[in-house]
Amino acid sequence: MTQTTSSTTGLTSDRLLEAYRIMRTIREFEERVHAEFATGDIPGFVHLYAGEEASAAGVCMHLDDRDAIASTHRGHGHCIAKGVDPTGMMAEIYGKITGTCRGKGGSMHIADLSKGMLGANGIVGGGPPLICGTALAAKFAGQGGVGVAFFGDGASNQGTTLEALNLAAVWNLPAVFVAENNGYAETTSSTWSVASDNIADRAAAFGMPGVIVDGFDFFAVHEAAGEAISRARAGGGPTLIEMKFTRYYGHFEGDQQKYRADEVAQAREHLDCLLRFRTTVTGDGRVSAQALDAVDADVAALIDEAVAKAKADPKPGDDDLTTDVYITY
Amino acid sequence: MTATETSQGAAPTTTRRLTTAKAMSEGIAQEMAANPEVFYLGEDVGAYGGIFGSTGGLLDQFGPQRVIDTPISETAFIGLAVGAATEGMRPIAELMFVDFMGVCLDQIYNHMAKIHYESGGNVKVPMVLTTAVGGGYSDAAQHSQCLWGLFAHLPGMKVVVPSTPYDAKGLMISAIRDDNPVVYMFHKGVMGLPWMAKNPRATDVVPEEAYEVPIGKARIARPGTDCTVVTISLSVHHATDVADRLAADGVADAEVIDLRSLVPLDRESIWESVARTGRLVVVDEDYLSFGMSGEVVATVTDRDPSVLRAPVQRVAVPDVPIPYARGLEHAVLPNAGRIEAAIRAVVGA
Repeated sequence: MTQTTSSTTGLTSDRLLEAYRIMRTIREFEERVHAEFATGDIPGFVHLYAGEEASAAGVCMHLDDRDAIASTHRGHGHCIAKGVDPTGMMAEIYGKITGTCRGKGGSMHIADLSKGMLGANGIVGGGPPLICGTALAAKFAGQGGVGVAFFGDGASNQGTTLEALNLAAVWNLPAVFVAENNGYAETTSSTWSVASDNIADRAAAFGMPGVIVDGFDFFAVHEAAGEAISRARAGGGPTLIEMKFTRYYGHFEGDQQKYRADEVAQAREHLDCLLRFRTTVTGDGRVSAQALDAVDADVAALIDEAVAKAKADPKPGDDDLTTDVYITY
Repeated sequence: MTATETSQGAAPTTTRRLTTAKAMSEGIAQEMAANPEVFYLGEDVGAYGGIFGSTGGLLDQFGPQRVIDTPISETAFIGLAVGAATEGMRPIAELMFVDFMGVCLDQIYNHMAKIHYESGGNVKVPMVLTTAVGGGYSDAAQHSQCLWGLFAHLPGMKVVVPSTPYDAKGLMISAIRDDNPVVYMFHKGVMGLPWMAKNPRATDVVPEEAYEVPIGKARIARPGTDCTVVTISLSVHHATDVADRLAADGVADAEVIDLRSLVPLDRESIWESVARTGRLVVVDEDYLSFGMSGEVVATVTDRDPSVLRAPVQRVAVPDVPIPYARGLEHAVLPNAGRIEAAIRAVVGA
């Protein structure tokens, strides 16, 4: 097992700006959903990804149309990083017919196969077996495609996840397993619930490389993911990467969070992926602060529009109730 | 055996009122205090008190040896409960949402439910599997199902589904004392939680002492003469509200039967009421086809279809996954409007 440290090499200014735009879009989307949820207009449950943006961005920037990802209940960031339209996502969260899934799925089931996004998932540990399937399909297609399963520290203890890791190794599948360890499975601390010191330690048991990454550090994520994805594309088999970080909000919106001390304020001030990214890229002069500010303004306008549109869009009607259950019946 | 007219066998000894959640946890606490073999395990059941309040206060009273938080590993901890039960413990394992049964169903129906039979009766599995069911709050397709018909379909486990605080406590105590595996399904909407739409019937008088509500015996939630509404869980409250209103409006005097258990099913109570009223509505928050509603109808028609003076009305979730959008979700749930239309249809009003 290796521990990856930060490296800023190999990214052009354009790619750096792209990385920043993805992370900023996720952050703005989530902060806005947080605020709008409090008004009571959004039905259902939302689980916010704020704080974890570097993971989705740093992994998905290596992916293209050949590749598929599977996500979790905390899936908005993965959707955005894989190219799903935030406007359709916002409409979905508002339960509108214009949503990515026509209002039928909601936050926990946003999926867009045209972007290789298999779906957020309400079942903890539901995604890793699916990714074995997309990886097998990619292997048959022979175009170098990979599958990436994002899952949490909670899912790392599910049999489905452990079985998927084994199968991917046994069949040498082009798969990457990204354990996003944000410290808590709902209210349960991962330092207690995960028997090994690190989730990545378990990779050894399946004969695959395991990597621990500072999940707040975009560059560390980008480098570790790049290595794993290149290896998978080249036929080198699966990798298990563990991101260590903190989620900025509760398990779900409304969670009182009595189970954790205020580690969020400290993380926001000293560890935040967006702040660190800004300091790094403006510090070595590759991207100007003004260029980053322009992205901030763009993204804020985009999310404003997405919310306004989602609020105004029509709801699904009675006729929509029984469609999409079967293709033909 | 016929249904009792009230849920309480004896005159109430108290006017103390509890929510269903508190009544349920009180029943667990009393059995744990009385029997060291009883313990509770599941996700977030300790310090958090269960995400739907099923285990509030238990950790303080009994400590982490007997109120055990688990990792998210349903196959492991439900299988563990089965194993502990075969050794004479009386575990209560909580499956946080019934929708999650998919990741652990083998332990439930191939092991918990079959070990007694497979062993020729040599091995007992005296455990309770508690689980939260039901929708109504836009939690979408993987967090809103009832699925009690599925558990009832698989032989080897009893299935109880309380709707009131009184029954929640009494059925819990009966379930813990039962030597069979019992699946105890609580609807989030009957728990009396502060953050969910609350029916006033989710808080009621609950005796302080331990008592049993017999498993397999239905209850007449509201006596009536014009038609029979057979239902269970949160739909009991909706059906009773509708029946009260229709009676006040002079439309129909509907009898509401709360089945309380699906396994065993109190077929005699269903038959007795429908034979008397001649008209049947079944209200079921589970899926329509191949489930409880069909079984209730067959209970009558297997015996004598000629008692029916009108076609049966079934109000259930149409055979679609539970949608997220509020309007769509409410359209599939057995709401008051759909129940009223069904009652009006069977009585010809």
